[in-house]
Amino acid sequence: MTSFLERARADIGSDQVAAVQRGARRFRDHRSEAVDEYAAMEAMRDRAREIRLHTLANLDRYLGTFADAVEANGGTVFFAADASEANEYVVQLAAAKAVQGVVKSKSMLTEEIHLNDALEAAGVDVVETDLGELIVQLSGDRPSHIIAPVLHKTRFEVGELFRDSFDVPYTDDPIELNAIARRYLRHRFLTADMGISGVNIAIAETGSICLVTNEGNGRLSTTAPAIHVAVMGMERIVPSVGDAAVILEVLARSATGQKLSSYTNIITGPRRPGEPDGPDELHVVIVDNGRSDVLGGSTSEILACIRCGACLNACPVYRTVGGHAYGSVYQGPVGSVLSPSLFDLDEWADLPYASTLCGACLEVCPVRIDIPRLLLEQRRRAVEAKVGPMWMKRPLRAYARVATHPRRYRRLLSVGALSGRLFKSGWITRLPWRGKAWTSSRDLQAPSSSFHRWWRRRGS
Amino acid sequence: MATVQLFVTCLVDAFAPLVGEAVVDVLERLGVTVEFPQDQTCCGQPAFNAGFHPEARRMAAHTVRVLDATEGTIVVPSGSCTDMIIHHAPELMDNGSELHAAALRVAARTREFTQFLVDDLGISDLSATGGGVCAVHHSCHGLRNLGVHDQPEQLLDSVDGLDRVELEGSTECCGFGGLFAVEMPDVSAAMLEHKLDAIESSGADVVVGGDISCLMHIGGGLHRRGSTIEARHIAEVLDQ
Repeated sequence: MTSFLERARADIGSDQVAAVQRGARRFRDHRSEAVDEYAAMEAMRDRAREIRLHTLANLDRYLGTFADAVEANGGTVFFAADASEANEYVVQLAAAKAVQGVVKSKSMLTEEIHLNDALEAAGVDVVETDLGELIVQLSGDRPSHIIAPVLHKTRFEVGELFRDSFDVPYTDDPIELNAIARRYLRHRFLTADMGISGVNIAIAETGSICLVTNEGNGRLSTTAPAIHVAVMGMERIVPSVGDAAVILEVLARSATGQKLSSYTNIITGPRRPGEPDGPDELHVVIVDNGRSDVLGGSTSEILACIRCGACLNACPVYRTVGGHAYGSVYQGPVGSVLSPSLFDLDEWADLPYASTLCGACLEVCPVRIDIPRLLLEQRRRAVEAKVGPMWMKRPLRAYARVATHPRRYRRLLSVGALSGRLFKSGWITRLPWRGKAWTSSRDLQAPSSSFHRWWRRRGS
Repeated sequence: MATVQLFVTCLVDAFAPLVGEAVVDVLERLGVTVEFPQDQTCCGQPAFNAGFHPEARRMAAHTVRVLDATEGTIVVPSGSCTDMIIHHAPELMDNGSELHAAALRVAARTREFTQFLVDDLGISDLSATGGGVCAVHHSCHGLRNLGVHDQPEQLLDSVDGLDRVELEGSTECCGFGGLFAVEMPDVSAAMLEHKLDAIESSGADVVVGGDISCLMHIGGGLHRRGSTIEARHIAEVLDQ
């Protein structure tokens, strides 16, 4: 696989990254306005953090309560240890029920486990109904943002895509584009045999699933087809309805600056006798896929994440490279912590280094996850496993040997100053070896003396 | 008045000794006695941030030992080194060890330069004089990890003859990030470009900050562009 740096290099300065930058800044500014006008925000963040950490600390218990409640409501629960178990369950269910068409509402977890691929390989027709996800699907692209998958695309690109995909005249008017998608999707909603959704918040005490969307597609996907399959990461749970309300208070504000998303669905079981709407069957697939290991490790705090995307918008690295450079379904600061823990440390070890540790992510996180600290921990783990930037080891070790011996250190200062004076202009414009990485885009002020020397002379 | 220990930081020591001199001048002008523990070296931050904890621990332990043998407030003209000493050095030491206790004692005594002036000494007017137009770049670690907010502005606004303009995105990272600058050079450079564009369109002729690391990055970028705008540490601006 390519490295973060290689992917970033290819994307920096592109129109796509420029679009991401505009979009992310817009989200960030909206968040900031929403937070400013909500006096209880800071207290709610504290409360949301407590709820999430408390749940993680007692996850076994709450998962049990949740599963029992789902079943008491008439639903079916399946615990999947990994991606293949989860996919197999859904594929087999689809086969058993002779499902031909599936409508999907946005779900990060199904992207993580590549559920669409598994269903399509089994001959099931899957259509994404979130507009952004639909655009990703039609164009064979990848999402660039946790909550806004096509942040990198312009409406002109979407216009061309829709013209080619739906055989309609070109338009780049957002309202018309929306109408085209609606016409296409409406038919799919009405003919699908199965609806698949993610889960924003699972409520243990009632066995309910809370879904937030801005398009209403979540509501249609989970009520029109006869079977609803909800797929969730095992950490996506809160104890009570009141707790879910607290998460909702901070989720949309942090994500888009809305007080609430346009649609908030709380689904408790399949259709009951006498109810006119809703699916006949509700299946909840609870996926581990590495989460148990993360829970017991030094980066477990990242599981408190509620997937609002605020850390992406706040991150100056994300805004500079866009989402694709991360190479993972989870981009930005949260993804750089999550990917090496959830997936494979070796493969994702460079992501934690894709940060200046500026702390802008922590500043906006609705549950105050100390992302910089977790990035530092991932770096430590990467070095310990010898999959970090091991070229630094020799120079750092050499520097440590010098810096623990004051006389050696002072000698290094003198050598540095003497060499620096060779640069007559006072500036170094070309350095060898790894130093090239510095002088490729900036000069370096040449050393010419040292503070130690000044202090000694002053005293004498 | 008080006696303080100056932890000058290795970057100032090697690349910007004038900043250290300015810190000493400013403090002495206020009647503060400045001592400089001469066995000091590097706080270990480069190794720590890169994930090399054994190396970081050795340097942090040395720093802790040297500083723990002194008394009084430890003043550091850098937000990120202050952050390292206060927040990370104790974590690197084994819980319950003598070094851990020493690291906590040192952490409790350590202050960033502008915080020491404004928050501790209650001074926001140093009767300095200057000229030209400055803009402030807020370095990330001071801003977000230590609470250095408007202390630099308070100090700069008291400088007679110095005008100050707002820098767009003044709290956004310049892309330095320590070894990030060489590990992710293209990303770092692209972030720096944003910062330099903002600085050049601000109308300032000097960009002022509290961390020499960011200033070496910004200053090196400005020099490469052929810009006449200077990047200076706040101590230098206050010492004129």
